[in-house]
Amino acid sequence: MIPLTYYLVLSAILFTMGALGVLIRRNALIIFMSVELMLNAANLAFVAFARSFELTTGQPVFTGQLFVFFVIAVAAAEVAVGLALIVAIFRTKHSIDVDQMSSLKG
Amino acid sequence: MTLGNVLEWLIKGLVWVLILLGGFAYLTYYERRALARIQVRIGPNRAGPFGLLQPIADAIKLVFKEEFIPARADKLLFILAPIITLTPALVITAVVPFGNEPFLLFGRTITWQIADINVGVLYIMSIASIAVYGIVLAGWSSNNKYAMLGGLRSTAQMISYELALGLSFVTVILLAGSTRMIDIVEAQRQGWFLLLQPVGMAIFLIATLAEVNRAPFDMPEAEQELAAGYHSEYGGMKFALLFMAEYDKMIAICTIAAALFFGGYLGPDLSGLPVVGGFLKYVQGPIYMFLKVFILLFGMIWVRATLPRIRYDRLMAFGWKILLPLSLALIFVTACGILLAQDVDPLFRWSIPLASLVAGFLAILGMYQTLRRKEHARA
Amino acid sequence: MDFTLILFIILAVTAVATAAGLLLSRSAVYAALFLVLNFACVAVFYLILGAPFVAMAQVTVYAGAIMVLFLFVIMLLGVEKLPKGDVLPWQRPLAIVAAAILLAEAGFLLFERARTSSLLALPGAEANTMDSLREMATVLFNQYLLPFEVTSILLLVAMVGAIVLTKREKGEPA
Repeated sequence: MIPLTYYLVLSAILFTMGALGVLIRRNALIIFMSVELMLNAANLAFVAFARSFELTTGQPVFTGQLFVFFVIAVAAAEVAVGLALIVAIFRTKHSIDVDQMSSLKG
Repeated sequence: MTLGNVLEWLIKGLVWVLILLGGFAYLTYYERRALARIQVRIGPNRAGPFGLLQPIADAIKLVFKEEFIPARADKLLFILAPIITLTPALVITAVVPFGNEPFLLFGRTITWQIADINVGVLYIMSIASIAVYGIVLAGWSSNNKYAMLGGLRSTAQMISYELALGLSFVTVILLAGSTRMIDIVEAQRQGWFLLLQPVGMAIFLIATLAEVNRAPFDMPEAEQELAAGYHSEYGGMKFALLFMAEYDKMIAICTIAAALFFGGYLGPDLSGLPVVGGFLKYVQGPIYMFLKVFILLFGMIWVRATLPRIRYDRLMAFGWKILLPLSLALIFVTACGILLAQDVDPLFRWSIPLASLVAGFLAILGMYQTLRRKEHARA
Repeated sequence: MDFTLILFIILAVTAVATAAGLLLSRSAVYAALFLVLNFACVAVFYLILGAPFVAMAQVTVYAGAIMVLFLFVIMLLGVEKLPKGDVLPWQRPLAIVAAAILLAEAGFLLFERARTSSLLALPGAEANTMDSLREMATVLFNQYLLPFEVTSILLLVAMVGAIVLTKREKGEPA
């Protein structure tokens, strides 16, 4: 028996670590991975809430799980475009350090 | 969950892993003998009767070989990579049922399946999708250009063919109406899915050949181009693990193919036979399974002996431009056929194989159009 | 202390440790591998919470496709080693303070609610029935049909976008 709070605390910690990663790392790929970590933390909270809702109402409710499903699909799309952007930037700048990407052109 | 349950899982898992490890050794022997026969040679026949001790001799040689780690290689990942490669090959078959007649042992009912889970096919899919890590990491951690190229090739190849593989799973899920492996096998009592979805089976076999990097899709380890690809720098037991992973993956996908398309443990019922019938009732499932896997493995060896390796750009074009649209078309055809059989007439069930064969034929025509050698494009 | 709780603690510690590894590692490949482990832990949480389909989708899509793409790009660009040194030295302490505030805020809200509303205990999932998957699909393809279609179009757009972004113009050097 695990209280819902435990899952929410874990989710909050993971989300904060993801946010911290976005703020302190300068590598575009690592920042991107941190964003994925934040999405995952939110997903965990979704599934935990879905489970608790299911236990309250006594019948399965799939809304939470389906939201996670949609988030996963959107994350896949986001990664495809994001990585393409990183590759395109690397071609012109020869670096993926976000501090180097300070000019709009060139 | 009780101690008995845990013990049962442990013992079943251990037995299956031991079978896979022994199966690996004798699969190499089987392959060498069969390849030799196809090429009008004799094959290994010195160690023991008919060369049966050859795998053991090979194992002894590999164990005593010196192991070295290349300078400036990533030590941790270099050592971990073979283990990461082997693990998915060993665990992927955990959901496959080997028989339907549970037997009593020490007061417990033992089923012929390690884990009966309701998302069995999805489990296979997810384990297949993480199998790529070992090869990529082996290639990257070696700090060798050829190994790295092999790793990159295998990543691109496995991600591309995973799509067709997953979609061919979907046709099976549609036909069986379930993702549980045992339901899928039981649904084939009226006819193997081989008959209902022959093109789906062909896609499954082609895509899995690409997933395990077997000829003619063995780009990641192409000797002539990459010196051996991702395992260039490996020797001794670490090489043996990579080798073992490849052959255990072959056994695993043949087992899965047998369960999904070839009726799994189903076959003529032998329990009516005198004397041995009572015993056969329990073990006929595993025996049929073994026979089917044995024949499918021969098919894979035969393909290796027959087909030349295809060029890398054609490999990718084949995966994306032919297999992916074809498998999408098959899902459409299968779904329509099932609805027609449900609502109009059960005979419409047989429109599925007909329509899929037409789709497959069109795909072959398209392949001829897009992938054939273009004389004018040269020079 | 029952079995599920012990499992939860082990997994939670692993998840947090791998997230920390992602933040601290100096090699992009190791960072990606830490994130894969983190996703695996979260997948097991989904299994404990009785969502096997989501768990399998998590492993297939996140670990099997997204992270492999990350590794592919890291290796393709050859950016495994990350350079040290900050351009803006005051940024890091500020970020840590901001993250601490965020965590404190989330924690405050959580425990404020926890005192007032009684939270449920979550037993480990035992439901392993086929029906749940079928019901979930029914909900997905009836109630959420429009979002589903929109998602598929989004995926198509992303695919086209990725190809356009990385395609070289004719005559451009490789």
